[in-house]
Amino acid sequence: MAIKTDAVGKSWPSTTYQVGREKIKEYATVLGIENPVHFDVGAAREAGFRDVVAPPMFAVVYSMRALAPAMFDPEVGMNFATMVHGGQTFEWGEPACSGDEITTTAKCISIDEKLGNGFYVFETTSVNGAGAEVVRGTWTNIVRGV
Amino acid sequence: MADLKAGDAVPELKVTPDKYLPHRYAGASGDFNPIHIDEEFAKAVGLPSNILHGLYSMGLVAKAAAQGLAGGDPQALKKLTVQFRGMGLPEQEIEVTGTVKEVDGNRIVVDLEAAQGDNRIIRNAQAELEL
Repeated sequence: MAIKTDAVGKSWPSTTYQVGREKIKEYATVLGIENPVHFDVGAAREAGFRDVVAPPMFAVVYSMRALAPAMFDPEVGMNFATMVHGGQTFEWGEPACSGDEITTTAKCISIDEKLGNGFYVFETTSVNGAGAEVVRGTWTNIVRGV
Repeated sequence: MADLKAGDAVPELKVTPDKYLPHRYAGASGDFNPIHIDEEFAKAVGLPSNILHGLYSMGLVAKAAAQGLAGGDPQALKKLTVQFRGMGLPEQEIEVTGTVKEVDGNRIVVDLEAAQGDNRIIRNAQAELEL
């Protein structure tokens, strides 16, 4: 059976996430990241940030929320029982700071079949309130035995 | 940092995630997929136990690069790409290692990987940093 590719090019409604100090602190603590710019507004401002700044990989916190509807869309039709997260890329622009409202849009870039496995590639683009790009994510999910 | 050159090692990062780390990471990230936090569920779908979030391990790779080469500067990391391969497990030490691949002015490219013993959980990771 050929893999279903109808969703290639499809975008999903964007989500907006407000970055907050406590959430940054929680994320940095779990990763064991100790730089005070993630915990203390004074240290962050001294380093030139408008408020407590998120570590780069905090990008998952706001971008995954926009990706979820894409992953579960029946038009995409991924079989979750055999799906693994195969690869990930992030490219960062402006830093994400507490108070920022970050809007993320998800899009399906490609769906391909290779050696009986399905490769589903999504892109998330996250911009801040000033319209500047904060991060772009490329998410590759592999579904075994399509 | 000014005299980094191709072939230099990234200072190694070693972390042993405790039994409840996946639960705390789930809370911090919002990813509550039961394969990460429910041992019974994970075993029922054929996994050895609940497994680490791949994006947690990627977070450690990002930390190793930013902390080891840029003093933890949150703006240094411009791009990170990884492949998830072996499954990461709680309560086993993760070792992130890396090598500087290219240096071009203040821009550097680094190859990295993360492993638990012989199990290389992140392979072919490449980071681009601006120092």
